[in-house]
Amino acid sequence: MKSVALHSKLAKVLLKSFTFILFFAFSLSTTSQEVDEARQKEGRKIFKSLCASCHKLDKKLIGPALGGIEQRRENDWLKAWIKNNAELRASGDRDAIAIFEEYNGSVMSAFPQLSDQQIDDILYYTTVGELEKKVVGPIPPSNPDGGDNTPKWIIWFLAGAIVVAFLMIASLLKQVNELKGNTSPETTSNLKRDLHELWEGIKRNTFLKVSSTIFLLLIGAYVVFGIIFKVGVDEGYTPLQPIAFSHKIHAGENKIECQYCHSSAKHSKHSGIPSVNVCMNCHKNIAEVAEGTKVEWDGMTYGKAELDKEIAKIYKAAGWNPETLEYTGETQPIKWIRIHNLPDFAYFNHSQHVTVAGLKCQKCHGPVEEMDEMRQYSPLTMGWCINCHRETNVDLKGNDYYDKIHKELAKKYNVDKVTIAQLGGLECGKCHY
Amino acid sequence: MKNLKLIIVLVIFASVISSCNDKRKRQLQYMPDMYVSVPYDVDDADGLNNKPVNSKPVAGTIPRGGHPAYDIPDTPDGYEKSKAELKNPLEATEENLENGKAMYTIYCTSCHGKKGDGKGHLAVTEKFLGIPSYADRDINSGTIYHVIMHGKNLMGSHSSQLTYKERWQIAHYVEKLRSDLVK
Repeated sequence: MKSVALHSKLAKVLLKSFTFILFFAFSLSTTSQEVDEARQKEGRKIFKSLCASCHKLDKKLIGPALGGIEQRRENDWLKAWIKNNAELRASGDRDAIAIFEEYNGSVMSAFPQLSDQQIDDILYYTTVGELEKKVVGPIPPSNPDGGDNTPKWIIWFLAGAIVVAFLMIASLLKQVNELKGNTSPETTSNLKRDLHELWEGIKRNTFLKVSSTIFLLLIGAYVVFGIIFKVGVDEGYTPLQPIAFSHKIHAGENKIECQYCHSSAKHSKHSGIPSVNVCMNCHKNIAEVAEGTKVEWDGMTYGKAELDKEIAKIYKAAGWNPETLEYTGETQPIKWIRIHNLPDFAYFNHSQHVTVAGLKCQKCHGPVEEMDEMRQYSPLTMGWCINCHRETNVDLKGNDYYDKIHKELAKKYNVDKVTIAQLGGLECGKCHY
Repeated sequence: MKNLKLIIVLVIFASVISSCNDKRKRQLQYMPDMYVSVPYDVDDADGLNNKPVNSKPVAGTIPRGGHPAYDIPDTPDGYEKSKAELKNPLEATEENLENGKAMYTIYCTSCHGKKGDGKGHLAVTEKFLGIPSYADRDINSGTIYHVIMHGKNLMGSHSSQLTYKERWQIAHYVEKLRSDLVK
């Protein structure tokens, strides 16, 4: 048994070293080839602008993968196909008709404007591929402990200071008591005795009695009001969503308009969460994130490896097979967790604010384009709503229907511009009915 | 043993205080039946018979006051049919063009660019490649509407994000962009 194990081990090592040598030789042979950078660059440029919407080098997209196409087809045939594939098919070319039928009759655009030289450049690019870039070393994961913790430290520090102050007072009182000669019996524990002495000391001293009562009342009021004022106020609420979707990447870096995805905001009460077909409008093409993309998620830094898995979650929900580029029909909902939720007794309408008032989404939702993890930015309390209605002027331009009432209101309040509050925006029935 | 009790009380107090600051949880709600709506939530994942609320209507559904469903199929023949038969029901008024521009800016500029030359932000940053310029394509308002409804190649359908009127307004605006480009 032992010898066999040894033997297989040896074989493994040999195999490994052999593949290593093979790989090395292969990579040497590819890099030793002279690459005409100017031609590659020119070809890449044309490929990216004209071909890449349907073709990739290494993967099937709308059309077939084009890496190394020159080895599979003849140069003249390719030129004829690229310039006008319909003509080539009409001439009865068998290969052309076969490939047309393989892709279910989807028509490739004709490119009669390309010269032979340009087509050769494109084909050259498909043969040599991308030039190797300098390898960037892995970026060390950043420390999740940000500057966010400073306020907490201050709280702990203050609490510690208070405790120390109490202990100092206690020890002082104890000394006073000892000097007076009334020592407590030794049987009780130290802490109990200390607390007892503290209590006795405070009871005897009027100043301490009054000040400690005030102190305790203040602490109690702080705690009680702190709890009461947080009831139903979810400012900062950041639930862990089922997919690590980053608004920072989509709305920030890629500058996609908010309403592209939240399209119901312009006509509806709700600014809905987009259904997965809207995700697929872009992610049909984008199956993986760009190199070096990073997202701060749940205290960790997600890199390309993790984020590609998140995109795969969309494919699972949409029932999309990224290999065959077809829908399988097996769909499942993504259970996003709703963040902003007004209680049922308060009426709020997105379209009134987005379309009629023309507010920016950021006015209430904060700098969403900088958030990796979406959180509730505003308190969404009644006071917060009212405050904005008091301060914001109504845009009266081009609103002939209300011209008269606007003028009369402006006269009544003796102002140039009417705020929402003056227009009746503070009436209870506007939101509660 | 009194110490132990004191410690337990302190630990419970501390945990209550710290749980109030858990950003993953909602705060305490006073009368939760007023916060959570009785009807189905718009985005509920298991609402109607445990099926998502936000799903496609039955094929052929016409909304109240709406228009008959778009019935030209998503095939090369359908594309030719839209080119020949579909006509824009709206006039190219200033108002229509203005809203067309607003909608175009939201739903199209990312790829097609402000001028329709295929140089949108996503194309320039090489996220999306090979976006054609409108000037290089033989399109009319019928094909524009058809492509908004069904998508083409890598472009997906934008029908769920736009209303009937908005689609035709965009068609007007795209035609205007194209004529500006061809000039």
